[in-house]
Amino acid sequence: MIKSIDQVFVNAKHWLLSWLAGWPNWATQVVSSLINILALLAVFLTLFALLSVLERKILARIQNRYGPNRVGPFGLFQPIADGIKMLIKEDIVPVRADKIVHFLAPVLIAAVAILTLGVIPYGRNMTPFTIDCGILFFFAVGSATELAVFMAGWGSNNKFSMLGAMRAIAQMISYELPLIITVLPVVMVVGSLTADRIVAAQADYTYGVVPRWFAFTPWGLAAFILFFISGLVESNRTPFDVPEGESEIVAGHMTEYSGFKYATFFMAEYLGMFAISGLAVTLFLGGWHAPAHALEFIPSYVWFFAKLSALLFVYVWVRGTLPRTRIDQMMNFAWKFMLPMAFTCIVAAAVWHYAGRGLRGWLWSLLVIAIVYSGLSILLDTKRKFAPRVYRFAE
Amino acid sequence: MTPTLQVFLMVSAALFSIGLLAALSRRHAIFILIGIEMMLAAANLNFIAFWRFGAQHQPPIGVIIALFSIAIAAAEAAVGLAMVIAVYRHYRTTNVDQFDRLHG
Amino acid sequence: MNGVAFIVIAIFTLAAALAAATLRKLMHAALSFAVALVGVAAFFFLLGAEFVGLALVFIYIGAVAVLIVFTILLTRRDTGKDHGFNWAGAIIAVAVFGGLTWAILKTQSLVIVAPHTPALTVKRIGVALMTTYVWPLQCVGLLLTAALIGALILVLEEKP
Repeated sequence: MIKSIDQVFVNAKHWLLSWLAGWPNWATQVVSSLINILALLAVFLTLFALLSVLERKILARIQNRYGPNRVGPFGLFQPIADGIKMLIKEDIVPVRADKIVHFLAPVLIAAVAILTLGVIPYGRNMTPFTIDCGILFFFAVGSATELAVFMAGWGSNNKFSMLGAMRAIAQMISYELPLIITVLPVVMVVGSLTADRIVAAQADYTYGVVPRWFAFTPWGLAAFILFFISGLVESNRTPFDVPEGESEIVAGHMTEYSGFKYATFFMAEYLGMFAISGLAVTLFLGGWHAPAHALEFIPSYVWFFAKLSALLFVYVWVRGTLPRTRIDQMMNFAWKFMLPMAFTCIVAAAVWHYAGRGLRGWLWSLLVIAIVYSGLSILLDTKRKFAPRVYRFAE
Repeated sequence: MTPTLQVFLMVSAALFSIGLLAALSRRHAIFILIGIEMMLAAANLNFIAFWRFGAQHQPPIGVIIALFSIAIAAAEAAVGLAMVIAVYRHYRTTNVDQFDRLHG
Repeated sequence: MNGVAFIVIAIFTLAAALAAATLRKLMHAALSFAVALVGVAAFFFLLGAEFVGLALVFIYIGAVAVLIVFTILLTRRDTGKDHGFNWAGAIIAVAVFGGLTWAILKTQSLVIVAPHTPALTVKRIGVALMTTYVWPLQCVGLLLTAALIGALILVLEEKP
């Protein structure tokens, strides 16, 4: 019974496909892929709508006020009102803008965000598309976001947009390196790039109590924190939202977009958040596995979405709490701190593996990470003394 | 209708000649670089086509050569574009017909 | 291997490549170059080398295309003037294509169909790279480091 609740979506899809028993093979495959895609879109677009209103309510509560609470019970129908507003707005395109590039930029960025959602395992046997190098597919497709942001900035024929786009791309490229290098220890330890295999490698419990998730190892915890921070940057969220800082650069690369195209950018940012959080859950938090033996009766997809919701809550929490970083502070952080720490995680994972994967390995890898971390904090001179301010005027 | 090795090689030859067209007939330095990158991509396609249709050696040599070729193409693009920027700073133009003095 | 898929991808790639070589505006040409690279990656998927296809998307579209586009931005002073098209280059390219096609069509040993092979896993590539081809791998690493340092030095502003 428990197994059938767990596999209810898989069985529903097989039942739907059994109606096409006589069709040729390629047609059945196409229909099967279409069902996967429709289910993915339905789930994540609903989650996007829900998150857009929940984020505003959580931010509001952090700031000691109510959020939107007029439309529907507790304001939960707000996304419908937002959607209607976005759809009926006039679509303004600047006269000298490059029409094709201006139009294709939001399309490309949303398409890329949705593509990356396809390789994450959402439950037992519930990966939409199993590719042999699924993790590489995720990052390869995600790297096309930079090109789309550039197209948005350039196609608007606006200096603010161009400047915002260049800042956004510089930020995204700098943080792509720590993002990918922190994934390397996990891939190294599991020995495969397939997301299903990585989830399966976190299956058991040590001593019957502690799950074998990679976040409970020292290198895994460091890699998880670094991956999460890089994910924050990749989706242009506060404290790293210099590209969309309203007080500085209007809306950056999204300045000249109105109505539904702006909503598409918004949606692409949120879907990117879902994708990175989903990947973080898969790689470090055990995917759809339950945290304790006794709780395994709860279906796997419920666990996945619970962990995903926890990570999304942390995203919103960080947004409500931290101020925006300056762009040079952000670059320094990426190149001088995160990159060496990411390389250390690889070394620590190797140490953990070769010292046996038990307590000894745990302590040795903790030692490696602690040494490098203290070394970096001494080298980077975090107690800087401030020099008197120098004013330079135009001459 | 399954494609034979000949059609793959013809497509790659077409891609190579389009890259050659871009490299030879445009006068903007960056267009020439785009043409060169296209020629490299066509050569990679050739390697992978021959690997797939040929005898399967145990280490998959064609795939590995293609991987190295992609990495080297990326390095060459980076250095080439850095040179274009450096030359632009000096000449204030990217028209390769005007790079005609050795000492500036 | 599907014939229809091959024809569709071939038309898509060659059209994008032709656009990249002949469009007037540089930015459009750079973006169609990125699209042509997607087509080449699709060819690699069709031929069963998924890892190389994804590496191509990652490196070329995620890095080289962005580099090209950035450089176009930074060297933009003379976009008004049209740089001119050298027709001799077109003649040479057509001649080269003719020569290559003649050579390909004349070789009879190339009219073969793909043999059935086991799927290429990333593990095989990784094992080969780390055992048989480890020295070329280190050399490519050295080359990439040298290219990185060289590119940085080339664009460093000289102190006035």
